[in-house]
Amino acid sequence: MNIRAVAAVLAAAVAMPLGAAQATDLEVTHWWTSGGEAAAVGEFAKAFNATGNKWVDGAIAGSGGTARPIMISRITGGDPMGATQFNHGRQAEELVQEGLMRDFTDLAQQQKWAEIVKPTSLLKSCTFEGKIYCVPINIHSWQWLWLSNEAFTKVGVAVPKNWDEFVAAAPALQKAGLVPLAIGGQPWQVNNLFSVLVISIGGKDLYQKVYADKDAAVAGGPEIAKIFKAADDARRMSKGSNVQDWNQATNMVITGKAGGQIMGDWAQGEFQLAGKKAGVDYSCLPGLGLNEVLTTGGDAIYFPLLEDEAKSKAQEVLASTLLDPKTQVAFNLKKGSLPVRGDVDLEAANDCMRKGLDILAKGNVTTSTDQLISQDTQKQLEDLMAQFFASPSMTPEAAQKRFAEVIASAD
Amino acid sequence: MTLPISISAAQGAQVKRPSRYLRNLNSKIASIPMVLTAVVVFLGGTIWTILYSFTNSRLLPRLSFVGIDQYERLWSTARWMVSIQNLATYGILSLIFSLTIGFLLAALMDQKIRFENTFRTIFLYPFALSFIVTGLVWQWILNPEFGVQAVVRSMGWTSFAFDPLYDSDIVIYGILIAALWQGTGLVMCLMLAGLRGIDEDIWKASRVDGIPMWRTYIFIVIPMMRPVFVTTLVIIASGIVRIYDLVVAQTSGGPGIASDVPAKYVYDYMFFAQNLGQGFAASTMMLLTVAIIVVPWAYLEFGGRKRG
Repeated sequence: MNIRAVAAVLAAAVAMPLGAAQATDLEVTHWWTSGGEAAAVGEFAKAFNATGNKWVDGAIAGSGGTARPIMISRITGGDPMGATQFNHGRQAEELVQEGLMRDFTDLAQQQKWAEIVKPTSLLKSCTFEGKIYCVPINIHSWQWLWLSNEAFTKVGVAVPKNWDEFVAAAPALQKAGLVPLAIGGQPWQVNNLFSVLVISIGGKDLYQKVYADKDAAVAGGPEIAKIFKAADDARRMSKGSNVQDWNQATNMVITGKAGGQIMGDWAQGEFQLAGKKAGVDYSCLPGLGLNEVLTTGGDAIYFPLLEDEAKSKAQEVLASTLLDPKTQVAFNLKKGSLPVRGDVDLEAANDCMRKGLDILAKGNVTTSTDQLISQDTQKQLEDLMAQFFASPSMTPEAAQKRFAEVIASAD
Repeated sequence: MTLPISISAAQGAQVKRPSRYLRNLNSKIASIPMVLTAVVVFLGGTIWTILYSFTNSRLLPRLSFVGIDQYERLWSTARWMVSIQNLATYGILSLIFSLTIGFLLAALMDQKIRFENTFRTIFLYPFALSFIVTGLVWQWILNPEFGVQAVVRSMGWTSFAFDPLYDSDIVIYGILIAALWQGTGLVMCLMLAGLRGIDEDIWKASRVDGIPMWRTYIFIVIPMMRPVFVTTLVIIASGIVRIYDLVVAQTSGGPGIASDVPAKYVYDYMFFAQNLGQGFAASTMMLLTVAIIVVPWAYLEFGGRKRG
């Protein structure tokens, strides 16, 4: 009798929390499919499963360009997933306007997101007409030059300290049969590379004038002409890359077949997965070693408006899990990105991440192009840059003329 | 009007004054779903697309009209011009080559050779593969580090260079090669069927007259095969306009935008750039291109029969 009662109480104690949490399947779609990314997203899944719910992984291969159309058509077509990744910024703008996304303002106030999320621009990008629609989960910056120490040792040149030294070292690398600058064939890679050149060589003001103010006169002016000259250098240095995906290009740097790559900090995840050490096997130059300014774009999780109450409840659980300090550290260490909250301890952070954190602490940050210009403009710039980098016969002057035209009609 | 009247005159003996609309009622009822599909899905979809191509719809369709802005932008876009040029180059060459090669293969096959079945299977086999598979296979074959170039170089000719997929100027020919490899077998089979349909007596007669074989082919056999050529032409032409998956699999439009085609432009702008209006304008232009080619042809082909 007594034992039975105890057993019943125990059973109830076990059953209660489960019942309250109501194990719900929640599908989360994202495009984190490279080795380092998949390892990172596994941390989210683990943390979410620990709350008694079930993370149903909806990975879509082929980077954001391929994944976003699928996600959007699922949401607009009436088959929404539980949650989905977008880069915070303007990618989901119209979905929010149409009322297809869930408003998380209450939860955000309750958990004081406004205080914990740093820099504040991240939460601002999630805000539309005063309401919060997404959870920022990491900070990604584009302005990194990754260098293979092995490649430079092989040709007997000191590892460059900035972009100019790198350009000067290029002929030596080429002579040894190496590709100085690895660039994948996907259009977004060259487009972002160009924006990195703008901010790193031209400075923060120039970047703001072009991408934020959309000043066509500046875009056609002598300052941008200098950037196109640098892009011309990059084009020459990238000859012979012959790869498509960014991680294939990163792999060329990892294996010492290429001197370097300009890629966002997610490339670091690949170096880590390959067991390479920052400062020993590879070097990183934020802001190309010239202007240490980082753009703070990144990923955010958006939640489509669902009718199912259990799933809506699970969405809230997921939202708080994503911002949990422990999850933030675990995820970002594997991803190579920086956490969105300033109050977490990144003991295990390596050389490069510390450099990034320092710049962040100094406040040398600005908004990313994803937050500044629409997808339509972004695509037009991608087309232009893809053409410029693939056709050696296209002069920098001709490309700049078209660049100015796109910026003039940008929104 | 001569055609329906002559038919009803023939049937008039059995049925008195049949209403043209009630004849074959069962089959008409049975075809209602198909008619509805055609009208609602094809016609309705087409009209909807054309209508929204005059709006500034972005991610979601909205009815706020902007006149012909989308078309103006389209025709001033470098990428669209490149894709139109590519389609023209690819279309003309693929039409010429697949017809010529297909016919030549069929003519050779028709010489009562041994193992004809085996050869026919080999030539037709690529057609069983999808464009995606074809594209990937040829991407590997044409890859300078693993494919043809590497093989020739390993045989000693180290300066040999053949990498069409990485050269903006000739990339479209790399795609053309793959398309021909895939499609020529089908053309060959159609032609072979046409050749087999030619009466043996014609060959005998021409031999008696001492006409050389090539002249018989060009002046007698080919004119007799007109229906086969028309069918083949329609099949090839429809394949040309909808070319998309082969490009995506082989180059994804690269290097840069050098191997872009209209269908890819439409897809990219509708979904990647989240600019439906622009995508609709481009797809309307594609429809217009097809209409310009098909309408005169259909008029000649089907309009002529009524007169005869």
